[in-house]
Amino acid sequence: MTDAARPLAAVPRWLRGLLVAALAAQLALHQAAPPAGASARDLPPAPQPALLRLASLGEPPALARLLMLYLQAFDLGGGNVLPYRRLDYRRLADWLRAILALDPKSQYPLFSAARVYAEVPDRQRMRQMLELIHDEYLADPNRRWPWLAHAAILAKHRLGDLPLALRYAAAIERHTTDPGAPLWAKHMQIFILEDMGELEAERIMIGSLIESGRIREPAELGLLKRRLEELERRR
Amino acid sequence: MPAAILARLVLLEARRSALPWLGAAGIAAALVLAAFLSGVALTEGRELRLAVVAALLRACAVFLVAAQVAASVQREIDDRGLEQMLSLPLPRAVHYLGRLGGFAACGALLALAFAAPLALWAAPGPLALWTASLALECMLVAATALFFSMGLAQIVGAISATLALYLLGRSIAAIQAIAGGPLGEESLAGRLAGTLIDALAFVLPRLDLVTRSDWLLYGVPAARDAALALAGLAGYALLVTAAGLFDFYRRSP
Repeated sequence: MTDAARPLAAVPRWLRGLLVAALAAQLALHQAAPPAGASARDLPPAPQPALLRLASLGEPPALARLLMLYLQAFDLGGGNVLPYRRLDYRRLADWLRAILALDPKSQYPLFSAARVYAEVPDRQRMRQMLELIHDEYLADPNRRWPWLAHAAILAKHRLGDLPLALRYAAAIERHTTDPGAPLWAKHMQIFILEDMGELEAERIMIGSLIESGRIREPAELGLLKRRLEELERRR
Repeated sequence: MPAAILARLVLLEARRSALPWLGAAGIAAALVLAAFLSGVALTEGRELRLAVVAALLRACAVFLVAAQVAASVQREIDDRGLEQMLSLPLPRAVHYLGRLGGFAACGALLALAFAAPLALWAAPGPLALWTASLALECMLVAATALFFSMGLAQIVGAISATLALYLLGRSIAAIQAIAGGPLGEESLAGRLAGTLIDALAFVLPRLDLVTRSDWLLYGVPAARDAALALAGLAGYALLVTAAGLFDFYRRSP
């Protein structure tokens, strides 16, 4: 507004009234509108990754992360005693897969799958998330092994499903070639076999690992040899 | 040098317009958004802020350059300033390239300013490449907006055409992928549409390959890929400039 603006009195009284009434109506309508925030039922089917790529307008990492924020708002909080209890996990898995396809290097989808959605007190839903993590791990083992390792821990301790935990641990051992992956992750299946009472299988596995020549680190080799000796003593 | 004088006039006009304030508002909005995002992200907070803020600032820079060029040219046409300038004993190429130089410099300055907040989260190498790419992208948008502004002589039309070309450039690869995917229609119409899209892609810039937020998140691409992408931008800017000059030489004063 410039200094040359006419005084307020120049505006007709009816127009001032209309402005105030319109503002009041807007506030009242906003108050009457349903509260913002998405419920579980609102989660729509996931779009095709190709459509998401089109919608990203050449910025897939940005859209992938914004979609994760969008997704995490569903069925979280609001009067929901158990978060994600009513969420359709099939749709959720489709969304996570689509977001991973949009930005395969992002850790956000698998972090959420492992640390948020798989921690629900519902065995069926937990299994769905663990399977999603396993499937997606196979696409990029060296980047995604931490999430499968977490999945193996959940399968062992939360589900009490040792064969499932063993399958995940075996996948890590077989497919992860990242030298930065820690020993505990690469040799997780040894400890699971021990928990299962499969000492003979564990002994054979450690022996074949040492013989294969894949273990180059002296510390790692020493640890495995000590474990083998202990197993030999217990035979 | 007359072209340099014209470029300086364009820069002076931009400095006195609302452009610096709008640029500052864009940066402020991006920083507020970053603060908000850092509060809601469960993980990858730095990556989330970086990707979203970079995408927002990129879009903001492109829109501001397109609007500035269209508004400036329209004002000159309306005030008969362009006709007055054309009466001077100067080749038309000097008029056109001088203005374009000024607008391109505006775009480059805006790119530099918009890269500054990203330095909070990005590594210097990728940020330098991203900034250079954004500067080139803004120059391309300035050339496109000048072409449409001179040709259409309508501010809304010029901005719409520039942004439409820009958005097509950013999405044409995804459109081609959808058209060529397994779900694409096998009918004659489907094949015709696919061919049409492929033909369209030939005359559009590959803007999905430049100023990528991936560079900021996951490091710079191979030098050859980056050089090819930036060369593509520069080549298209040259094409649009040549088309604009061609049109400008044919224009009646």
